[in-house]
Amino acid sequence: MIVVKDVHKSFGKVRALRGVSFDAPDGRITGLLGPNGAGKSTTLRILYTVLKPDHGEATIDGIDVVRDGLAARRRIGALPHGAGLYPHLSARENIAYYATLCGIDKATIDDRVDSIIKQLEIDDFADRRTKGFSQGQRTKVSLARALVHDPQNVILDEPTNGLDVMALRSLRNLILKLKDDGRCVLFSSHVMQEVAALCDDICIIANGKVAMAGSADGIRERTGCDDLEDAFIAAIQRVGAD
Amino acid sequence: MRTLLAVFTKEVVDNFRDRRTLVTALLMGPLLGPMLFAFVINLSIERSLSNVDSTMQLPVIGAEHAPNLTRFLQSRNIEVVDGPADRAAALVAVKRGTLDVVVLIPVEFGEQLREGSPARVELISDQANTEAERDARRTHNAIRAYSQQLAALRLVARGVSPTVLRAVNIDEIDVSTPSGRAAILLGMMSYFFIFALLMGGMYLAIDATAGERERGSLEPLLSLPVTRDQLMLGKIAAACLFMAISLMLSLWSFFVALKFMPLEQLGMTPNFGPAVVIGAFFILAPFILVGASVMTLVASFTKSYKEAQTWLSVVLIAPTMPILIVSILNVRSQLEFMFVPSLSQHLILVDLVKNEPLNLLHVAISITSTLAIGALLTWICARLYRREGLLG
Repeated sequence: MIVVKDVHKSFGKVRALRGVSFDAPDGRITGLLGPNGAGKSTTLRILYTVLKPDHGEATIDGIDVVRDGLAARRRIGALPHGAGLYPHLSARENIAYYATLCGIDKATIDDRVDSIIKQLEIDDFADRRTKGFSQGQRTKVSLARALVHDPQNVILDEPTNGLDVMALRSLRNLILKLKDDGRCVLFSSHVMQEVAALCDDICIIANGKVAMAGSADGIRERTGCDDLEDAFIAAIQRVGAD
Repeated sequence: MRTLLAVFTKEVVDNFRDRRTLVTALLMGPLLGPMLFAFVINLSIERSLSNVDSTMQLPVIGAEHAPNLTRFLQSRNIEVVDGPADRAAALVAVKRGTLDVVVLIPVEFGEQLREGSPARVELISDQANTEAERDARRTHNAIRAYSQQLAALRLVARGVSPTVLRAVNIDEIDVSTPSGRAAILLGMMSYFFIFALLMGGMYLAIDATAGERERGSLEPLLSLPVTRDQLMLGKIAAACLFMAISLMLSLWSFFVALKFMPLEQLGMTPNFGPAVVIGAFFILAPFILVGASVMTLVASFTKSYKEAQTWLSVVLIAPTMPILIVSILNVRSQLEFMFVPSLSQHLILVDLVKNEPLNLLHVAISITSTLAIGALLTWICARLYRREGLLG
């Protein structure tokens, strides 16, 4: 369960977030939707504690991300935008490194890494060095390493970027499986169809503010647009007019 | 502790697998330096030694005016050959470098000798040309010796002992030891050691911050349930390991290289045996922490791998500056210097190579103050690692 309350963040003169609030409950997929530069990544970065909010608060399963960042991180599996792997280590070693850092017992690390490798279907290239991996392979390994400590909350920043149809499909299935496990999945995207197809709740962000939040149907209803893309544009324009 | 160890192990494995980096870190620094040093020293020894007794050809204009001088030069292994046509041609030839030295004996030379007035000869050379300068000095010394011999004969002819010309006789007593003389030459070697030591950890230090950031692996790493201090300390520890390996390699390769330098011919016996190698390692080891933390500190301010490399090449030079200054000024060990990292290691190392008894207080201050500065820099690194701007 992720709760964000009135979060503000500025970088110098640029006001990236101007009061963002939303909830991402367990067992549901919440999509952060918005154009480039809307503040999606900044919001997620605050959630996985690499940035600190100037104002407002955010909690992960009730743990404040500022006051107890370490405990909050324990409950998060994060896939930052454009996450990189260590090219000289194999996929398995990359995952095992994160498993060790997450404090998984030495005795169970191998089993845990094996099972996540199987789960994400990366057996074929698990023992190759990650140098030269395709974008899809890279995303899978990054995801495997984010999930290796079995986190309750999963934060994915534009995970579908650069994936082909097959990779996209397996990622979508994986996200649905995480939901079925009762986890809280929060992911960002600027691609409308993706969010519409996958998310239970949608939070449209524009200009550092939440333009609209609710289910896909709810958003269609409120904007009076049948097409979600039109609804998206309408919602963004509302914020722009403020 | 487990986290720190995990980071350390991963960085070490990662760095060992990166062949190109490994070659630069562990071969270029430790091996290239001593090899270059050996090559230059050998060359200069060869040039200064081998030519002393070899026959030198000396172009002389007007040799027929001074047959006795010509014979004297011949006896000193200086073979007199025909010089250029005239003085103007000689000047041009020397200026162009086609001839190193030309001696011009005027027609009136014989007459002046007979009269007992100072006979004039001209020695034409280019003082800016080091190669020619050695031959010019040799010719000069030979002609002066001839002049002194003649003067002595003249005095004897007048019934005066030539010793009256020597009012004071200087006996030079040199207290320097062969090891001490070697230290003059080897004084610069701490430069190589510190350079090699820094080179060993440079890539790892860059990789720890700028490299990870550029690759996009820093952000997921920071989102893990570990503290940034642990990550940073693990990375610095790994850099330290590589710097220690690099230092050890460079000390041993220097030890081997010295065997191929004919220093004994210069009256130098370098005191650089296995015991000194090990001693030098422990004297220099505290500097590893300073180097690792300074490089990490600088790299964490840079925006990319390339920028980090540029800045770190400046860092490579910085600690060698005090060594250079001290070697040029020839300053002796003083207590105050022991508080300065790199300088204190250099001065103690020079004493070690000179085979002089080590001042244990100096050693203790050098080690503790260098370690303290290293710890302080590491702490600053950890503070900087906590800032948001780290992600760039």
